Amino acid sequence: MSALLEFLKTYMWPLIFALVIVGVLPLLAGYVVLMERKVMADMQARLGPMRVGPHGLLQPIADALKLLIKEDIIPENADKLVFWFAPVISVTAAMLAYSALAIGPFFQIAELNIGLLFIVAVSSMGIFGIILGGWASNSHYSLLGALRSTAQMISYETAAGLALVGGVLLAGTLSTQKIVQAQQGGTWFVFVAPIGFFLYLVASIAETNRAPFDLPEAESELVAGYMTEYSGFRWAVYFLAEYANMIVVASIATTLFLGGWLRPFGSIAALDFLDFFPPLCFLGVAGYCFYRTPKQPEPIQSGVMALFGGLCLLLAAAMALPFVPAFAASKAGVHGAFWFLLKVSLYIYSFMWIRFTFPRFRFDQLMKLGWYFMIPLSIVNVLGLGVYKVLRQLQWSRWPAFLLTTGGTLLVAIWLVWLAQRKVAVPGPVGDMTEAEG
Amino acid sequence: MTPTQISQIAFYFFAGLAVLGAILTVTVRNVVHSAIFLITSLLATAGIFLTLGAQFVFAVQIILYVGGIMVLFIFVIMLVNLDVALHQLQFNRQGWVAGLLALVLASQLGFAIWFARGEGSLDIPAGRTGALSPQNVEQFGLALFEKYALPFEIASVLLLVALIGAVVMTKKRV
Repeated sequence: MSALLEFLKTYMWPLIFALVIVGVLPLLAGYVVLMERKVMADMQARLGPMRVGPHGLLQPIADALKLLIKEDIIPENADKLVFWFAPVISVTAAMLAYSALAIGPFFQIAELNIGLLFIVAVSSMGIFGIILGGWASNSHYSLLGALRSTAQMISYETAAGLALVGGVLLAGTLSTQKIVQAQQGGTWFVFVAPIGFFLYLVASIAETNRAPFDLPEAESELVAGYMTEYSGFRWAVYFLAEYANMIVVASIATTLFLGGWLRPFGSIAALDFLDFFPPLCFLGVAGYCFYRTPKQPEPIQSGVMALFGGLCLLLAAAMALPFVPAFAASKAGVHGAFWFLLKVSLYIYSFMWIRFTFPRFRFDQLMKLGWYFMIPLSIVNVLGLGVYKVLRQLQWSRWPAFLLTTGGTLLVAIWLVWLAQRKVAVPGPVGDMTEAEG
Repeated sequence: MTPTQISQIAFYFFAGLAVLGAILTVTVRNVVHSAIFLITSLLATAGIFLTLGAQFVFAVQIILYVGGIMVLFIFVIMLVNLDVALHQLQFNRQGWVAGLLALVLASQLGFAIWFARGEGSLDIPAGRTGALSPQNVEQFGLALFEKYALPFEIASVLLLVALIGAVVMTKKRV
C-alpha cells in the first residue's frame, strides 16, 4: 500500500494532468464542433444552432447524449472485433499525443527529450483506426474511403514532417518545452520560417482530412468514407478522434511556430499592458452574457446564459490571480494556458475559414499538389533554414539572412508552380484521370 | 514501487507482448489479423527500447515500421482477395529446416545465458531505468555523424540507390 502511495506521490501531477486532458478533451472537441457550426453559419449568413441552450450553447451536450443512446449497428459480414476496436485506436493515438505537449511551462504530462518526435510517431498510428475501420466494415464505400485516406495521409505526412524539421532546426531541440523557450525573447519561428508554417498549415489540413482535402469523406462520392457503416457511439468516437487530431496539429503548430504559451511581443516592455488582456477578455464575455440574460425567450435559457456569465467571471478571476502579489508566480502557468489555447483556437479558426472558402480538390489534383509541390518545397525549405542558421552563426544580421533564404525558397516555389503549369499532360498517380491543367 | 521495479514490469510486459504478437502473426489465418498482430509485436519492441532508455530508437521504430511500412502492408493486403488466401496452405512442409534453425538459435541463446550466469548481466542495466537520459537524440546524432559517419553515408547512398531503382523500374513511359 505504501508502495502505491509512494508511486502516486511521485507521479501525482502527471496523473492529474492526464485525467484533466482525458476529461476535458471530449468536451473541448464538442465545443469545437459547435464553433465550427457557428462559424459556418456566420459565413453563410445564417444563425446556426440556436435551440438547445441560449445561442445553442448546450448543443454539443445534446449531440453527445443523442449519439450515446443511438442504436449501435454492426454490419452483418463485418469483422466484429476489428470493427469494434478501430475507432479506439484512432482516439487513443490522438489523446496519447497530448502527453508530450506543453500547455504551459508547468502544465505538461511528460517532458520528453524526443517530444516532437514522440507526438509525430504516436499520431501517425491514428491512421490504423481509419484503415482497419474501413476494411472491417465490409463495404465498398468504406474500403475506398480508407484507401484514399491512407494514400493522402502518407503523402502529406512527409511534407508535414519536413516542415516540422525546419522548425526543429531553428530550435535545435525536439523537446516541446525547449522549443518554446528558444522562441522566448526572440522572434517566433513563424516570422523566421513563414514558408515552413504555410507548408505545415496545408499539410495539417490534409492530414486531418478536412476540406478542401476531405476526399476520404467526400459525401458526394463516398457517402461518408471510412465511417459509412459506423453509427451511434462508435461514430462519435471517430468524430472525437478527428477533432482531437485537429487540436493536436493546432497545438504542434502553436508550439513550434507560434511561440507556444508565450505572450505576443513578450520581449517589448512597452506592450506589457497585454498582460491585462486575459482577465479583461473573460470579463467582457461575462458582461455580454449578463447583458443578454434578460433578453432570452425562455426563463431556463436566461438561467443557462447567466450560468455561462458566472463561469466566465470565474475564469476572469483565475486570470486575474497573477496580479495578486502572493500568487505572482502563477503568471506563466495561468496566462500561458490562456495564450496557448487562444493561439490553438485561432489556428483552428483558420482551418474553418479555409474549409468554408475553398472547393474540394479532385483526387489527382490532391496527389499532384502533395508530390509535385509540397514535398519538394518542404525539402528546399529545410535547406533554406539550414542556410539561415549558418548565416546567423556567421554574424549576419537577421534581415539579410531572412530575406535571402526565404526569397530563395519562394523562388523555388514559383518555379515549381511554373513547372506544373507548363506541362500540359502530367502523368499523375491516377493514370487515366489526368487531363490538361489550367 | 521504485522506478526500477516499474521498468522491470514494463520490460516483461512488452517482451511477453512481442513474443505473443509474433506467434499470433504466423498462426492466425486472416491476413489482416496477422498484420495487426505484427503491429502489436513491433510496438512492444518499441516499448522495450523505451525501457532501455533508447528514446530515439523508440520513436524511429514507431514512425518507420508502424507508421510507414505496416501502413503500406495493410494497404496492399486490403486489396487482396482474402477468401483465396483462406483456402491455401498456411504452412510450408519445411518444418524440419525451421526446427533445425530454431535448435541452433536456442543453443546459441542457452550458451550465452550459461556463460553470463552469476554476473547479473541479464538484468536490465542499472542507472538506465526510470530517469530517461536527457541527451539521447544529441548523443545519437553526434555518434552517427562523427564516429560512424562513413557507414552512415554508405547506408544512405544504398538507400538512395534502392529508391531511385524502384522509381525507374516502376515508371511507365507515357
